[in-house]
Amino acid sequence: MSNSITEADAKPNIGTVSTRSTEALNEPRIAIRNLDFYYGANRALKAINLDFPAGQVTGMIGPSGCGKSTLLRVLNRMYDLYPGQRATGEVLMDGENIIAPGIDLNQLRSRIGMVFQKPTPFPMSIYENITFGVKLHERLSKADMDERVEWSLTRAALWAEVKDRLHSSAMGLSGGQQQRLCIARTIAVRPEVILFDEPTSALDPISTLKIEELIDELKREFTIAIVTHNMQQAARCADQVAFFYLGEMVEVAAAADMFTAPKQKRTQEYITGRFG
Amino acid sequence: MSATLSHRGPARDAVVANALSRRRQRVNFLVEALCLLATFVGLAFLALILATLLYLGFSGLSASVFTTITKPPGSHGGLLNAIIGSLIQTALGTAIGTPIGLLVGTYLSEYARGSLLGEAVRFVSDVLLSAPSILIGLFVYTVMVSPFGGFSGWAGAVALAVIVIPIVVRTTEDMLRLIPVALREAAVALGAPKWKSIVFICYRAALDGIATGVLLAIARIAGETAPLLFTSLGNLNWSLSLTQPMSSLPVTIYQYAGSAFDDWVQLAWVGALLITFGVLALNVLARIVLRPRT
Repeated sequence: MSNSITEADAKPNIGTVSTRSTEALNEPRIAIRNLDFYYGANRALKAINLDFPAGQVTGMIGPSGCGKSTLLRVLNRMYDLYPGQRATGEVLMDGENIIAPGIDLNQLRSRIGMVFQKPTPFPMSIYENITFGVKLHERLSKADMDERVEWSLTRAALWAEVKDRLHSSAMGLSGGQQQRLCIARTIAVRPEVILFDEPTSALDPISTLKIEELIDELKREFTIAIVTHNMQQAARCADQVAFFYLGEMVEVAAAADMFTAPKQKRTQEYITGRFG
Repeated sequence: MSATLSHRGPARDAVVANALSRRRQRVNFLVEALCLLATFVGLAFLALILATLLYLGFSGLSASVFTTITKPPGSHGGLLNAIIGSLIQTALGTAIGTPIGLLVGTYLSEYARGSLLGEAVRFVSDVLLSAPSILIGLFVYTVMVSPFGGFSGWAGAVALAVIVIPIVVRTTEDMLRLIPVALREAAVALGAPKWKSIVFICYRAALDGIATGVLLAIARIAGETAPLLFTSLGNLNWSLSLTQPMSSLPVTIYQYAGSAFDDWVQLAWVGALLITFGVLALNVLARIVLRPRT
């Protein structure tokens, strides 16, 4: 294979990209301003500025260790679990800095839900998996709760498969079903924002497709941020894409612009698969 | 295989390869034989103990063992008071020790990671785990029996609880530590406070392991003699009072087995059989209740 960069090489081959462009991006639901993040003395995020448009999907891409998952874990303050991790700067939601001290973390996390890389069903029934989160924040009657369970499972495209075995253990579901259950569990709390941390990297292609369709469906009601290593996934799901490298946000643009005409050389090299 | 392979050292010598292979097979045979021998020796002792226990135990077993209390030699006594006393003290010891052990184990696993106090508690608990049980009996004697002027069922139960605590602490901590970080984060990500993620998610995920630890502890204290000698003492009469000396199977076995009366010695074997079957039944029950769920 020749090492010279041809025009064909430079054009990333990432399948269909929608024609959404910059003008189509909505008002920001969350705005990150000058964010730094530290693991102890190690500065993992450097002066990040990024808006998450409401009701749209923001994809975050970049090589492993670039800080994209770290950024996601800042948004729901997951890093608070671990001493030695801290963030400085501002993450604004409704004009409030959610990384400031004094924020009620449990309430914050009910507004900003998260779906993880590996499916993490709780060791209880499918029904209880859903109600666990709901009961933390609401008191519902049995009928209302049943309705919420059906609603969330339907939204997560899982209802048809599990409606006859709601009270059997969630551990018996397949990996793809478990991940959709985790999405249902997150939706059931009715957050405003949902964070997806490589939600399909442990799943087969069929399950992946279902979850991508789901994300497309969910953005009508929720603002979504998704971290992915899969360029096609970012192209298919995201309205806006941000590229991270070594703790810096190199570039952010509407998905269509990002994949057809990246402004930065590093972005272009990454999305064409030249490094990463 | 072609001559173009990059390696340029001497070619493999078939004679050496065969010799090495034969040597490997001889060593393998030797190790396997030693393992089998060791297994056989271990099992032989176990079988002998069980056979003696079953033979002598069953030959003395009768309905009166369960309906009559301990009586003087030659008057056809049973073990009713000892059985009941053992049940009460074991149950109480477990009931007192389990919650304490559970909470300490939870503290060590969930709250004390890396803290000096946690290290100290874990060290003390591990020391307690291997402390001779007679020492625990003496300790309870010093703090409960002599100050309150008498042996009592309560003192026996507390001594047993002291044995239960470190066992439950260790298993609880170990089992909670096995729970993946992802599961805790998933609970926290839904907005669950730490205690709820521990109680409703972690305990649930670790339930089998923790319950196994509690059952191990019960099995251990059901056969303990030393901690009861200085605490509940044993009682040849019928008594359900926890403030009075209380009978128990291990202490009765201890007293009877060493006596000069044949019927007492036989009752001691029956008692040993009962403890063995009790612990066995508990284990079987645990396996049924805690069988892996799908």
